Amino acid sequence: MKIASPRTRAYKVVCIIILIILAIFFMFPLYWIITGAFKTSQEIYAASPVWWPSEWTLNNFVKLFEKRSAPLFQIGSLAGPTVPAAIRWLVNTVFMAVVAMLLTCITAAMAGYALAKKCFVGRALLFSLIICAMALPKQVILIPLLKEMSALNLYDTLWAVIFPTVGWPFGVFLMKQFSEGIPGEILEAARVDGAGEVRTFATIVMPMVKPGIGALAIFTFINSWNDYFMQLVMLSSNANFTISLGIATLQGETTTDTGLLMAGAALAAVPIIIVFLIFQKYFTQGITMGAVKG
Amino acid sequence: MKKFLAMFMALAMMLSLAACGGSSSTTEESTSTETSAAVETEATEESEAAEETEATEESEAAEADGEVADSITLWTYPIGNWGDESTVNELIAAFTEETGISVTVEYLDYTNGDDKVNTAITAGNAPDVIMEGPERLVANWGAQGYMVDLSDIMDETDQEEIYESVLSACVSEDGSIYEYPLVMTAHCMAINYDAFVAAGADQYVDLETHTWTTEDFQNAVAALYDYYGSTVGAVYCAGQGGDQGTRALVNNLFGGTFTNDEHTAYTWDDAENIEALELLYNMEGIDFDASIVGGDEIALFYQGTLKMAFCWNIAQQLDPNGAGTGSGLTISGETIEFMSFPSETGESELCGGIWGFGIFDNGDDAKIAAAKLFIQYMCDSENTVSAIQAANYFAVRDTVEDGSVDISDIWADNEIMQEYQVLMQYLGDYYQVTTGWAQARTSWWTMLQEIGAGGDVTEMVMQYMAEANEAAG
Amino acid sequence: MAKPKSSMSRTLARRETISAYLFLLPSLLFFVGFVIIPMVICIINSLTDASMYTKGLGNFVGLSNFIRLWQDSTFLGALKNTFIIVVVSVPVVCLFSLWVSSAIYKLKGPILSTFRCIFYLPVVTGSVAVTVVWKWMYNNYTGVFNYVLKSLGIIDQNINWLGDSRYALGCIILILLTTSVGQPIVLYVSALGNVDQSLVEAAQVDGATNLQVFWRIKWPQMMPTTLYILVITTINSFQCFALIQLLTSGGSGTNTVMYYIYYTAFKLTEQSGHFGYANAMGVMLAIFIGLLSALQFKLAEEK
Repeated sequence: MKIASPRTRAYKVVCIIILIILAIFFMFPLYWIITGAFKTSQEIYAASPVWWPSEWTLNNFVKLFEKRSAPLFQIGSLAGPTVPAAIRWLVNTVFMAVVAMLLTCITAAMAGYALAKKCFVGRALLFSLIICAMALPKQVILIPLLKEMSALNLYDTLWAVIFPTVGWPFGVFLMKQFSEGIPGEILEAARVDGAGEVRTFATIVMPMVKPGIGALAIFTFINSWNDYFMQLVMLSSNANFTISLGIATLQGETTTDTGLLMAGAALAAVPIIIVFLIFQKYFTQGITMGAVKG
Repeated sequence: MKKFLAMFMALAMMLSLAACGGSSSTTEESTSTETSAAVETEATEESEAAEETEATEESEAAEADGEVADSITLWTYPIGNWGDESTVNELIAAFTEETGISVTVEYLDYTNGDDKVNTAITAGNAPDVIMEGPERLVANWGAQGYMVDLSDIMDETDQEEIYESVLSACVSEDGSIYEYPLVMTAHCMAINYDAFVAAGADQYVDLETHTWTTEDFQNAVAALYDYYGSTVGAVYCAGQGGDQGTRALVNNLFGGTFTNDEHTAYTWDDAENIEALELLYNMEGIDFDASIVGGDEIALFYQGTLKMAFCWNIAQQLDPNGAGTGSGLTISGETIEFMSFPSETGESELCGGIWGFGIFDNGDDAKIAAAKLFIQYMCDSENTVSAIQAANYFAVRDTVEDGSVDISDIWADNEIMQEYQVLMQYLGDYYQVTTGWAQARTSWWTMLQEIGAGGDVTEMVMQYMAEANEAAG
Repeated sequence: MAKPKSSMSRTLARRETISAYLFLLPSLLFFVGFVIIPMVICIINSLTDASMYTKGLGNFVGLSNFIRLWQDSTFLGALKNTFIIVVVSVPVVCLFSLWVSSAIYKLKGPILSTFRCIFYLPVVTGSVAVTVVWKWMYNNYTGVFNYVLKSLGIIDQNINWLGDSRYALGCIILILLTTSVGQPIVLYVSALGNVDQSLVEAAQVDGATNLQVFWRIKWPQMMPTTLYILVITTINSFQCFALIQLLTSGGSGTNTVMYYIYYTAFKLTEQSGHFGYANAMGVMLAIFIGLLSALQFKLAEEK
């Protein structure tokens, strides 16, 4: 490399300073949630912000946990022990995100392969439908969807949130882009060898699109964890709430209790952040994979 | 292992019991199969006999009020402690014990609550019983035909017992009763008395009568603003909830009205209201804040940021604040005093609040019958006392159960409640049942937002009131 | 000879079609069931006066809902805001993440991944959690923004960020930005790392400046990434419902079409429950988004 001129070096220093400021700016909300969750009301509402709690109180969490209760789980008429509703909300959220992720990955991998590698009637039409529907906000189909869910007896169940997530065609699009990369010769060879469709898909296609499935899994998981709108419309009973919806309902009480809200926000954010930090490498890999092919 | 098996059996039995819907004769039969044949016949005879008596009893009941469902749902807004799970659970448990009807409770909030009910109605999943005020139950869902007429559980004695002004609010235009009222209050405002003392503004308030005049109010705000140099009171206008506070403030300052006496049209464009809005807008220390709702205002008041709150009533006065420093205190322990809204004479017309129950018509007569039992249990029986005390508001009648139970002195040993009585005499007309109310409250706070953003007061008042009147028809 | 062959290829084609649809079936079930069918119902419904209060399908009213839309100043305002959000946030997210990526992609491994993580944090924190904390930070009285800006002497009076229509929409876009740049940064970092170094070095030998190297060599190579980022950012900026609903409820000039649809459908106002009208809004929005997507993919195909 050439020796950097003073000008580029100055530029680099400025860059680093700006980056550090930005990093603080990006971390601040999370920091504020976590410290806020442990502050006393006096400190939360202090005239000049209290940057670090002088005493870490669990009061906000106690309030959060005492507020509502719900059975830990409910399968048919079998109900689990009664726990603070916030715990149930977490259980619901995990269930919802995981099921949505699994269903999306399976269906999208199959559909993506077919769209990319098979010639069939209606392919062009289907693909353009998928493209158009990808950016469609759920608000557009809000009312028909609500009525449909009610007709299917799914209103106020987590399925009413999961199914539209699975139906969202972004996954199919992503998996189609991935499956394009599968060499046709390999598929041809498998066919000549007499491998059936299912075997070809399971033994040849799946391993080749694995990184894509990883990317899609992460994407879907985070998306459905973060989703709020469908939950707001489709869920009405406390025991079926997700953590996002739960916190949102805490906001509308007679008095706004910021400490309580922060405790809820911390409870919603910390588990997924821990998951993120543990699987960080796979996250970045997965996301990158999605784009290189996409 | 045996223990486990026994427990499992017990569980299975309980489940089957639940599955049978509590019909006792079936269980009797199934347990009797284990006994000897001779006893078995006897047992069967017995159970048959039991079945017969039960059947006659049931048919009698059926003649009276049809089949009664064994479970209902109740959705409640945070009305006093009716938003508090442990309080409500106690009330419900007592009800279930007496009637065998189980109640599933969901708690609504004032931000999403209305949308939630509307969504549920659309999905055909509305709750059986809902607890709120006539502005929603009567003027909205009732007027649109979603509610069940409660005339049959409110007989003439009940109608005489319930205060007339309350009753009239619960009756719709066509004479149907869509709400069975439980409690009422007068909405007021509150001041941070310690801050008033510090700023020397305490001379303008009379803690004996809890009233003040418009001039007192102006002087007090000026003194507070001089002392603190920041906003002392906020006209919150970010959205629904607590809108009665801003209305009462504006209406009372110079004696304007919100609707006409017949509750058919909105009249907030009179000169008095415009003058009041202009005064408030130009007052230093009073801020039109489009970023907060009533709940945020109360939070800021508790924090000591705001020195007065316009969204206040007795339940708030009694409520120990979030920080747990106790009722009637801010989080730093300063004294909160409730006050009437200021008016030229000091004698204001306070905005009333009425809360009670309504039943959604889900087309299931058994559920409706059970819901009616629930309402009678809560509003017209010896249990009414605890239902009212849970709400932290005043009763809407002096006696219940055909005059046999006197509930007029349930708050006798609560000093704050007693003191609050001085404001109850100023309770004004319950105009929140005017047609188009839902639109009127929306127009009202959008108007406040526009005025706060610098819009011309008269122009904004005209524009938004026209919008409300259009909805009123 | 030709005939049997063509019939064979026809059977083959048919078999291919059947197997393709078998693979598509599970996905189509969800896609058609929960996207296409509701969309079709939405379109049909938008031509009626159906509402919450009428039973059945309502009366056919032709295009009158759509005509009413263009006279509804609230809708036009919401449409304008929706466009502002998309038009501002999409390019800003792209440029911002491009700059950050080019500043960090050469850093050492652990430092690089720390930065990447930090910029990704708001994405994983969750929209509602992020919204409630920003609401507190923006607070007129106890918010940290007013305090910091006042301490720095940038402002001398508290600004009511969310209550003032001059700032509210900008404030919401700012939150949207922080929750949107995480993924683009990750993508750009890897794209920059994958740029063909031999070309870069050749250009440098030829005396090209850094900027020239960037625009002439790196930028074209990153084009697919950029397009992908454009697509996901556009999708993202249409998903800002939680921000609007929880921060301003559409007040202070922050209404969007997405929120207005919900408002018209379920809020307790006189206009509420007008499903036909709300669906007409939905159709309008879908048309705009469809056009936008088509444009983007046209662009992608040309490249």
